[in-house]
Amino acid sequence: MPGIVIDKNHCKGCELCVRACPMDIISMSKDISVKGYFYAQLHDPSRCIGCRLCAIVCPDVAIEVRTHGTTFALVDY
Amino acid sequence: MAKVLMKGNEAIAEAALRAGANNYFCYPITPQTEVAEYMAKRMPEVGGVFLQGESEVAVGNMIFGAAATGKRVFTTSSSPGISLMQESISYMAGAQLPCVIVNIMRGGPGLGGILPAQSDYFQAVKGGGHGDYRLLVLAPSTVQEAVDLMILSFDLADKYRNPVMMIGDGMIGQMMEAVEFPDKDADPKPPDESWAATGAKDRKPRIIKSLFLDPVKLEENSWLLHEKYERMKKEEVRFELYKVKPENEFMIVSYGTMARICQTAIDELEEEGVSIGLFRPISLFPFPSTQILEEATKENVKALLTVEMSTAQMMEDVVMAVVGNRPVEFYGRCGGIVPTPEEVKEKILEMQKTYSK
Amino acid sequence: MKTEEQDIQRSAFVRPDSMTDVVTHYCPGCTHGVIHRLVAEAIDDLGLRERTVGVAPVGCSVLAYNYFNCDFLEAPHGRAPALGTGFKRLRPDMIVFTYQGDGDLASIGMGEIIHAANRGEKFTAIFVNNAIYGMTGGQMAPTTLPMQITTTCPTGRDMNETGHPIKISELLSTLTTPSYIERVSVHSPQHILKAKKAIRQAFQNQVDDKCFSLIEVLSTCPTNWGITPTEATSWVEDQMFKFFPLGCFKRPDDGKVK
Repeated sequence: MPGIVIDKNHCKGCELCVRACPMDIISMSKDISVKGYFYAQLHDPSRCIGCRLCAIVCPDVAIEVRTHGTTFALVDY
Repeated sequence: MAKVLMKGNEAIAEAALRAGANNYFCYPITPQTEVAEYMAKRMPEVGGVFLQGESEVAVGNMIFGAAATGKRVFTTSSSPGISLMQESISYMAGAQLPCVIVNIMRGGPGLGGILPAQSDYFQAVKGGGHGDYRLLVLAPSTVQEAVDLMILSFDLADKYRNPVMMIGDGMIGQMMEAVEFPDKDADPKPPDESWAATGAKDRKPRIIKSLFLDPVKLEENSWLLHEKYERMKKEEVRFELYKVKPENEFMIVSYGTMARICQTAIDELEEEGVSIGLFRPISLFPFPSTQILEEATKENVKALLTVEMSTAQMMEDVVMAVVGNRPVEFYGRCGGIVPTPEEVKEKILEMQKTYSK
Repeated sequence: MKTEEQDIQRSAFVRPDSMTDVVTHYCPGCTHGVIHRLVAEAIDDLGLRERTVGVAPVGCSVLAYNYFNCDFLEAPHGRAPALGTGFKRLRPDMIVFTYQGDGDLASIGMGEIIHAANRGEKFTAIFVNNAIYGMTGGQMAPTTLPMQITTTCPTGRDMNETGHPIKISELLSTLTTPSYIERVSVHSPQHILKAKKAIRQAFQNQVDDKCFSLIEVLSTCPTNWGITPTEATSWVEDQMFKFFPLGCFKRPDDGKVK
């Protein structure tokens, strides 16, 4: 099952990934990272399709995308 | 190598090629444009990079980029052009990049004139741009010496990883004299590229920069540069004495072609029984202060006379050098007017009156 | 396209080798980070990292050298194209790219970029246009839009006082010397994909020793525009596109101006 890993130390809470996610399953955490940012998090990992749009828009390369099994590679990146 | 009659500007260009500096960026400005014209023809023969930039600002920065490769590179310009290069020179000093810059000086300030002058002394030896840095500055008085110092300049630039400036008044560039070029050494020492941007292959990336936002690092860098200048003061002072004898009444301090004119005056005065010596600094930074003090405090020397094609710039360093042990007089012309031997003699005779009592 | 199996073992999105793991100093949502990644990906895809030298400007990306895994030079304000020229002329075998903002390239460095383009220097120029001076805190830039508010045009840019924004891509495409000039944007995924292709093409031109390439990348500046990163991406499309249309303005082959 595809999924993403968000690196709390790199995320600056800019929320660009929130809007980019076609499945609308990324939201901002309630607690803050060591740098003081509300970091992004995946609140419904089961519905992640591994499309990588969140990682593509992330200005801080804070999102690593893992894909397993069927993958909707929406974009040829 | 046979002697050949050559214009200073062209001899300087050829000397650079003998030093293996086959990379030259330039912008036209009287009185040194012949260097560019000569290089435009010569570089294709020897293989190398010749490029005329869109301004001296651009050229100064092309030199920065080229020097970052670790290869020898130089440029030549004249007073107003050298002013435009000051920012890039400051950056190269901060980033520790070797290069050679030749200033064939003309009358200033502003557009000034195109005739010879020595009025860029302060700009050359006191740093010229922003920040704590210096240039090693050499001043030839003959076309042959310009050739020799040009070749030396590249070695010194590499030795200290600091820009080196050679300054000559317009005459150095424009006059023709017989010169002899050393043979290009058979196997030139490969350039030290240990610091250069040669591509991060099997090593960590190298960053050639002068920005140190952390004040501790910037201070570190500035004191490191300072150490280089202190070392230059110990190892790179160059000067020449002319007819300096115990019986000298006065000592003239003068550099470049101005010193040669003083030599003529000294010879003529000698025939009239007046003994004058000449101290000719060749390195303007590091300035031969201790040596000047040593000569100036010889028993019979009543006073010093600095003769410059400016309104007195090197004089200040001479005054500092003698630390009050001797009065320092000045004679100079500027705007492109070159003092004649007679004018120098008149000044000496006038000084004889004031200091004879 | 990577095969299915490769996808499974390998992560589908990784930090490019040519990018360091350093957390950037850029503001949250600033798309400098995206542009850095696209440049690093182009360098990786073409296998250039070990013979690449970047030239950093003065501006927000003055610290770019901390984020790339290749040799870097740091240029005085506006002079990156001159450093690129000097370096590339002596080392045509190496890959040189300059990275500049709009204050650096279109204001103080206008002379250098026009002449580098006109000489057809074979390096790759990345021009980040965010319509403002970022590093110094939001002053008016040559690319600041009409009526856009900045700290040095607090009542909105007045065309009578300061003229109109400068369209660098169009300007450079009028030069006769062949070059590859394209304006792209990174404010949405599909635009990022197009930008990635253009940046890669620009580096490919250098690998093929073909021509001067400049990619103008419209970029956001949430902090100094005074809006959120998401709003900033919309502002690019709603406002900047009006004055800075995307597209390829010049290709080396036909040399004709599109």
